[in-house]
Amino acid sequence: MDILRFATAGSVDDGKSTLIGRLLFDSKAIFEDQLEAVERTSRDRGTEYTDLSLLTDGLRAEREQGITIDVAYRYFATPRRKFIIADTPGHIQYTRNMVTGASTADLAIILIDARKGVLEQSRRHAFLTTLLRVPHLVLAVNKMDLVDYSEERFEEIREEFTAFASKLNAPDLTFIPISALLGDNVVSRSQNMPWYNGSSLLHHLENVHIASDRNLVDVRFPVQYVIRPQRATDPALHDYRGYAGQVAGGVLKPGDEVMHLPSGLSTRIASIDTYDGPVEEAFAPMSVTLRLEDDIDISRGDMICRPNNQPHAAQELEAMVCWMTDASKLGPRTKLTIKHTTRTARALVRDLHYRLDVNTLHRDEAAQSLGLNEIGRVSLRVTQPLFVDDYARNRLTGGFILVDESTNNTVGAGMIVDAR
Amino acid sequence: MLQRDYTTSQLDVLEAEAIHIMREVAAEFERPCLLFSGGKDSIVMLRIAEKAFWPAPIPFPLMHVDTGHNFPEVIEFRDRRVEELGARLVVASVQDSIDAGRVVEETGRRASRNRLQTTTLLDAIEENEFDAVFGGARRDEEKARAKERVFSFRDDFGQWDPKNQRPELWNLYNAKIRKGEHIRVFPLSNWTELDIWDYIRREGIEIPSIYFAHSRAVFERDGMLLADNPWITRGDDEPLFEAVVRYRTVGDATCTGAVQSSAGTVEEIIDEIAATRITERGATRADDRASEAAMEDRKREGYF
Repeated sequence: MDILRFATAGSVDDGKSTLIGRLLFDSKAIFEDQLEAVERTSRDRGTEYTDLSLLTDGLRAEREQGITIDVAYRYFATPRRKFIIADTPGHIQYTRNMVTGASTADLAIILIDARKGVLEQSRRHAFLTTLLRVPHLVLAVNKMDLVDYSEERFEEIREEFTAFASKLNAPDLTFIPISALLGDNVVSRSQNMPWYNGSSLLHHLENVHIASDRNLVDVRFPVQYVIRPQRATDPALHDYRGYAGQVAGGVLKPGDEVMHLPSGLSTRIASIDTYDGPVEEAFAPMSVTLRLEDDIDISRGDMICRPNNQPHAAQELEAMVCWMTDASKLGPRTKLTIKHTTRTARALVRDLHYRLDVNTLHRDEAAQSLGLNEIGRVSLRVTQPLFVDDYARNRLTGGFILVDESTNNTVGAGMIVDAR
Repeated sequence: MLQRDYTTSQLDVLEAEAIHIMREVAAEFERPCLLFSGGKDSIVMLRIAEKAFWPAPIPFPLMHVDTGHNFPEVIEFRDRRVEELGARLVVASVQDSIDAGRVVEETGRRASRNRLQTTTLLDAIEENEFDAVFGGARRDEEKARAKERVFSFRDDFGQWDPKNQRPELWNLYNAKIRKGEHIRVFPLSNWTELDIWDYIRREGIEIPSIYFAHSRAVFERDGMLLADNPWITRGDDEPLFEAVVRYRTVGDATCTGAVQSSAGTVEEIIDEIAATRITERGATRADDRASEAAMEDRKREGYF
């Protein structure tokens, strides 16, 4: 059994909470005491139906105001897979939360109301999903029961969205007609839509192939922590020096020739250690400890790669940045702390090339700054080289966060483009 | 060429993520500590810490916030485990906080030291100058926890502000704090109760005996079975009876309930949990039943 992480996009009106509630309920991930609490609160508020959004809206302010404030993580499992849902709110701080939820997602579900068709917000959801390089996208055309399960209506929406998605360079795209309320095509295939030959949503989630979404080609091992037991009592451990980290790309094997950055020195992997014994290979997302044949001065923030396949050692970065705070703006000369893989440096914004309208994809080149929830193309200069790849090639060596130096808050998320 | 399938099992993914989180903390903070109560989640967390730094010892101390209302089996287990690891254990005692006048003991039939723990915990963090504190909380436990970050920022007063949390993207965690502030770190955020048990089975991890079915004198309160003990005030309408029970969670003995169960092995516990229809906190924690937002309110104050 493996894990699929997926993000859901859509507002309450699209039936997102109903859909999540149904997935959780039908997979028995909602428990009686949780359901009783939700039913009690629904009754107290005078709602006639059981409001499943109360399951995810956990904070007092959310329940009082009937809104979702933050990304909520929900868990369920079927015999085939464990699922982690990043449920992002539809209204407040949408972009910031969706970018956060999508950053780790293998798949995103965008809900569309079959009566309303492809709206501005559907385009925005699709754009953010592709910007964050979520490898699989599902367009769930919901409320099919309200359009008489019309194949024609479904095809209209499919065509309209496909035309738009081609402009985005959208990844694997799947369309599923559903009724979250009545359960059509959610867990099992619907009798009401004999014209639909595809999978139910849950069947798709259980079977979509994600193992090859990771980068298994470019060896990238950001050194996270140096392990030196230095126990005088155990001579075997006295000289032990291991480089601990989580594989960010490629497949590492003992005996492989590897290169250390920034030194550029080459050596071989002596062994790949874990608490449970040495392993014959390591790939993302494994956390392992490498021992190398030669003594090289290696510390946290360094990178281990292959001599003939190196990331770019860059102090000038081009990136798409999403700004996540209303306390300040990003503009030329803004100074920030940047964290990329295990390396932290200082960054200076050299230029804001344009601000992107996430609804129309229009590039505003006259923009002077980025505010909360705005996205733009930015040039940065950093105080020490970062070992980067294009975000499109590797999400782990292409993504970074920006931290405000006065408040220590995380204020931006960046995706590297045109690495050189 | 035969195409190798690089599928990774859910427990391997969760373990790798938790190890990554632990190493980030060890690399970026000066004085971390790991909350160890002898409960199953903290036992799993401790095993992950062993794995993360092997063959070196765990590079931070453990801390137990001791309400004084303990199950003796759990304290015995705690001390034995600490000794095996050669780790340093800091015991922060609620009794000491009461004796020092920092908190006042609750009175009455439902008196509990659950809420008092927060002061003891925050005082201990301040005294020891801990800047990162590992907790075993999971997002599936409770709906306020579903929204908490892996690196959860706490201000000078130890408070959590759920509306003003730092965004958390990819596997990048923001460890920046000022002196006096700290980060609560939850490496098991993405684990479910069933994952914890599956992991305990796979790794052959020892757990305290009270997790397995045993005979115990209990009484019923609010639909929960509470054990008779010296710290609890039992009413005349709450008669004691002998039952075969086990614990799903381990907390303060005055507010942690047992469930009727015959599960005597980890496998039987897993079968039982897979079939159960009530959450572990709903079944066994009086502290969460106080109100709809009981957990959120305690967490804001600085609770685990």
